[in-house]
Amino acid sequence: MKEILSNITKDYLYRLIKEGKRIDGRDMNEYRDIQIDPDWTSSAEGSARVRLGDTDVIVGIKMEVGEPFPDTPDKGVLTTSAELIPMASPEYESGPPGEDATELARVVDRGIRESGAVDTTELCIEEGEKAWVIFIDIHVLDFDGNLFDAAGIGAMTALLDADVPASNFDEAEEDEDYPLPIEHIVVPNTFTKIKDEIILDAQLEEEKIADARLTVTFNEEDEIVAMQKGLRGVFKYDDTMDCIERSKELSETMRERIMDEIDRENI
Amino acid sequence: MGSNEDIELLKDGKRQDGRDFDELRDINIEAGVLKRADGSAYIEWGQNKIMAAVYGPREMHPRHAQETTKAVVRARYNMAAFSVPDRKRPGPDRRSVEIGKLVSEALEKVVFTERYPRSVVDVFIEVLQASAGTRCGGLTAASVALADAGIPMSDMVASCASGKIEDQVVLDLGKNEDNYGQADVPVGYIPRTDEICLLQMDGNLTIEEYEEAMDLSIEACKEIYEKQRQALRDKYSTELNEDEIEELKKEVK
Repeated sequence: MKEILSNITKDYLYRLIKEGKRIDGRDMNEYRDIQIDPDWTSSAEGSARVRLGDTDVIVGIKMEVGEPFPDTPDKGVLTTSAELIPMASPEYESGPPGEDATELARVVDRGIRESGAVDTTELCIEEGEKAWVIFIDIHVLDFDGNLFDAAGIGAMTALLDADVPASNFDEAEEDEDYPLPIEHIVVPNTFTKIKDEIILDAQLEEEKIADARLTVTFNEEDEIVAMQKGLRGVFKYDDTMDCIERSKELSETMRERIMDEIDRENI
Repeated sequence: MGSNEDIELLKDGKRQDGRDFDELRDINIEAGVLKRADGSAYIEWGQNKIMAAVYGPREMHPRHAQETTKAVVRARYNMAAFSVPDRKRPGPDRRSVEIGKLVSEALEKVVFTERYPRSVVDVFIEVLQASAGTRCGGLTAASVALADAGIPMSDMVASCASGKIEDQVVLDLGKNEDNYGQADVPVGYIPRTDEICLLQMDGNLTIEEYEEAMDLSIEACKEIYEKQRQALRDKYSTELNEDEIEELKKEVK
């Protein structure tokens, strides 16, 4: 079911944006309140629940022993999936993942994969034969805008929280499970363009009038590791630079937030 | 029901987690936890973590599933991939589909469906962490979510299972008891009318044991019902100071 935003609300939002204001009184470059709860579920190898305003996402990490891909015989396997379950919004329907869920999963995946956030060579058990398969599952409970950042932060936190369940798979003795080898901490920041303004962390109503969206993912060495432009509108080159500059700062703060929540030193 | 000789479910007359035979695991229910849904509830039941959400009444799609004289209650039961020890492949499997159907039927009994012809009340149950008894937890939470959504109902459904381990009838099977026990009987119960709206059983039970199990479950459902009501009270009651009480009294006069 498609939700419709009334023209009155639209006009109001446009007017606010023009005046440099937002519907919830935030600054253009400000996140909503964010709550990060690592180790939210004990049935997963690692997990995190992230609440970004009223957007509510749980990310769980499951691992099993499988076969490495033929073209990377010395590496573990990383898979990211997202479910936009009908609980989360009247617009979501049951069934196989649609375009939105696929894009979400792939953007989160790209940030983690391309940055080498997880050291997959450490996850090879026997070259060409046996390797750890990591499943990152994104479960959206309440959708109030900006799933990309909520899911990205959740995935990174859940990976940092994860222990390789080696003893369950007879790959180690009892109590010899070890933390997942993490090389980099990457965080996405998503910008939304509405008319000529670019805002951070759009909430639902703002997303509904969005022209274009840009997600930028940085690692801790100030390198861009992934980007994704979405929606039908366009960005000027300068706009993209603006987003990148902003993202560099923002990701640093967010990285500190995540590390504050995680009790882990060996990165 | 599986069996495993090595697993000792009862030791010195106590269960693995130290519970008595007629003792429930800890249950906590919270009403109104999601923003987008019309109604929602979150339940923690032992190690289970389950969320339920309600949307509707809204237009029924597909059209051919509409009922001309009443609303349809459509429940979907889903387990998160990370909710169980071995990752569950996302998407519906036969077990989920069956549970969804049974929960729909159980809830339809208490919803005044005749008020909303051609529409649907969607109930979504998401199991986020599973540890035996998720359908009962889901049904219990879904009832609270329906009430939270303001759907007219004759009552809430409370649900609980009992079963048999090592020839002993016990209430609310834990994970090992469910995996290695001898029987499992999930029950959905409507307290106000003393009716049973969900009943399944697998394993083996004598008639006496069945009676014993049902007695345990129904007593437990009454206890759970109180927790459901309390969750709604916690969400919707407000504490008044004396001035406000006086004010109200005047209005009533």
